[in-house]
Amino acid sequence: MEPVGDFNLEYAPAPESTAPVKLASQYGLFVGGEMVEPAAGALAPTINPATGEALADVSVADAADVDRAVAAARAAWEGGWRDLSGAERAKYLYRVARLLQERAREFAVLETMDGGKPIRESRDLDIPLAAAHFFHYAGWADKLDYAFSGRRAAPIGVAAQVIPWNFPLLMAAWKLAPALACGNTAVLKPAPTTPLTALLLAEVLRDAELPPGVVNIITGNDATGAALVSHPGVDKVAFTGSTEVGRAIGAELAGTPKRLTLELGGKAANIVFEDAALDQVTEGIVNGIYFNGGQVCCAGSRLLVQETVADAVIGKLQRRMDTLRVGDPLDKNTDIGAINSQAQLNRITELVASGVAEGAELYTPECVLPEQGFFHPPALFTNVSTAHRIAQEEIFGPVLSVLTFRTAEEAVAKANNTPYGLSAGIWTEKGSRILWMADQMQAGVVWANTFNRFDPASPFGGYRESGYGREGGRAGLLPYVDLVA
Amino acid sequence: MSSRLSVNKTYKQFVGGAFERSESGRSYPVVGAGEQLLAHAVQGSRKDVRDAVAAARSAQSGWAGRTAYNRGQILYRVAEVMESRRDEFCAEVLRATEGCSEEAAATETATAIDRWVWYAGWADKFPTVLGGANPVAGPYFNLSVPEPTGVVGIVAPDEPPLLPLVSRLAPVIVSGNTAVVLASERCPLAAVTLAETLALSDVPAGVVNIITGHRDELVPPLAGHVSVDSLDLTGCNSEQGGAAARQAAATITRVVSASAAERQWADEAAQSPYLIDAFCETKTVWHPKGR
Repeated sequence: MEPVGDFNLEYAPAPESTAPVKLASQYGLFVGGEMVEPAAGALAPTINPATGEALADVSVADAADVDRAVAAARAAWEGGWRDLSGAERAKYLYRVARLLQERAREFAVLETMDGGKPIRESRDLDIPLAAAHFFHYAGWADKLDYAFSGRRAAPIGVAAQVIPWNFPLLMAAWKLAPALACGNTAVLKPAPTTPLTALLLAEVLRDAELPPGVVNIITGNDATGAALVSHPGVDKVAFTGSTEVGRAIGAELAGTPKRLTLELGGKAANIVFEDAALDQVTEGIVNGIYFNGGQVCCAGSRLLVQETVADAVIGKLQRRMDTLRVGDPLDKNTDIGAINSQAQLNRITELVASGVAEGAELYTPECVLPEQGFFHPPALFTNVSTAHRIAQEEIFGPVLSVLTFRTAEEAVAKANNTPYGLSAGIWTEKGSRILWMADQMQAGVVWANTFNRFDPASPFGGYRESGYGREGGRAGLLPYVDLVA
Repeated sequence: MSSRLSVNKTYKQFVGGAFERSESGRSYPVVGAGEQLLAHAVQGSRKDVRDAVAAARSAQSGWAGRTAYNRGQILYRVAEVMESRRDEFCAEVLRATEGCSEEAAATETATAIDRWVWYAGWADKFPTVLGGANPVAGPYFNLSVPEPTGVVGIVAPDEPPLLPLVSRLAPVIVSGNTAVVLASERCPLAAVTLAETLALSDVPAGVVNIITGHRDELVPPLAGHVSVDSLDLTGCNSEQGGAAARQAAATITRVVSASAAERQWADEAAQSPYLIDAFCETKTVWHPKGR
């Protein structure tokens, strides 16, 4: 299109105000209903990945702090939470849901500052969904008898919950809401790079008058997480993160009576048949891989496109990528924000370099990245073979690998050719094919003609090395109950 | 001197989101504990019932089209607003009921509020519990889901004034039905106060319509109305109920009535997802599978 006169058709900056967020310079641990100093007094900064600047100093919990938190959770469980009626537990969770809704904007801005995700996503997805999760599981707390007919659902005890940095508050909600609904108490450990919304959640829990110790939130590093999951006072471990760490936790817990659920990595196939609505497909692929900068375990990171429409789809995709806006995550028009950390950016850069070295063809739109902070442009690889690292390894960044297929059987074989099995996408206008393909997918979630849909009522979790256990819906209760006669 | 003349409330019907008198212009005296005159309630007419059914019908698809999460939040909001007006409901129950203690009125109100909370939580769960995949012997996807029947006529029990009404109304609307309620004939005022709560809780206009007046006059036009899809005749005596059921048979309208256990209003037996199911149709979808 020809430029029209002197009109500037660029977007003006539209930064979200950070005024609702009141940061402290230093944060303690939330144990037994209060903020306490860590035993050894160790602190670590949490960084705004969009600027590289420190936002605050956060406590690093050690084994003594873990002890204290687990003891608080145990005391709260034995001291009344396990015996509280489901209807009363429900009311606490409803309160939490409402308080989150009331303070949604504050949470959204803080999430974006601490984690680097676009404000549009934290505002429209992360925070509302976190509140919805509490609302949904509040409703289960007094209905467990109907969830497991023929058995009584008894709580397990103290749950140790270790969550990742890609959806910090949402993952806290996914973990805490079902655990509490079922009558357990919890020790939650947020990721080292994104502790702040979990610490703000501590305020919400206190305002909801949740009994002290029912939820304890301890920040720290990998050693903190390891100390927590291996603590003998813990009855149940729930972990979301990398397959590598999941394996280590599984080995650590082997031979103990602790219950374990894992939500791990993925390398999802997004499968496009030639009859699909290609404009809708293009949006779906972009959402599948560039949502949260691809730092999503269920990201559609492998595009499997039928050979007959491969060129058309790639052309549309490249044109769409050219319009993606990379930059300040607080800007309401930003599509791709900051990468969560320098370490993650290094990993993405290294894998992209391996793709080029192994002979795949790289496309990235021309875009100016901010000088400060951790950013990566959206990337697309063609000429990818199934043996390439970029087709096998989880990149956890805005990088899409395109492969082609001729028949449905070939698509199935390629889609399942990964040790993972978290999610899959199917794009076709033929309903019977959607359902046949869905049956063939070794994946816990299958999206048809859509991608990256999440709902508290819908179970989420993986097959194979993507873990076991489900979060969401009735299935999400099972990891947190003992079924007794 | 600090005496002040109180401002008394006019109790009107609730139809299509508005508080209205009867088109017939009639009213009837409502007496409470100690034979004290409480108010002149609206004596609704056959035409009022028909207007209410029309309002319920036009609100139904929109209400059922809301997301389950949204309906759940709205029902929870009803509980929130009732809680904030708890004293008013307690007073309403107390003065309407002969021999009612303050404690009993407080319990009835609290149980009614908790019942809204309980049903609010079912909005996004009852299809999971009541529906599901059917493993048919063939390459077919086959899924059954409960859907609301449509417009439900509810004859509320006469007493107590609040809890039975809530116990019968909440499971009807949570799934996406709309309702025309014939309030208790003897103690209709708590029903009108409940309507005020509904009006403040983002319940869309027409989802709940409340008619007050004489049962003998109001049940027949409700039971015989072709736009009514289900009837809850819990509040009818056996003679009224039998006649209404015969009318309902002509239009193949399903008839539901509370069991003896469900009439223990304060008990957990009075609330059940199967009560939601009683006002739902099961829809089963088949779709072939094949590449």
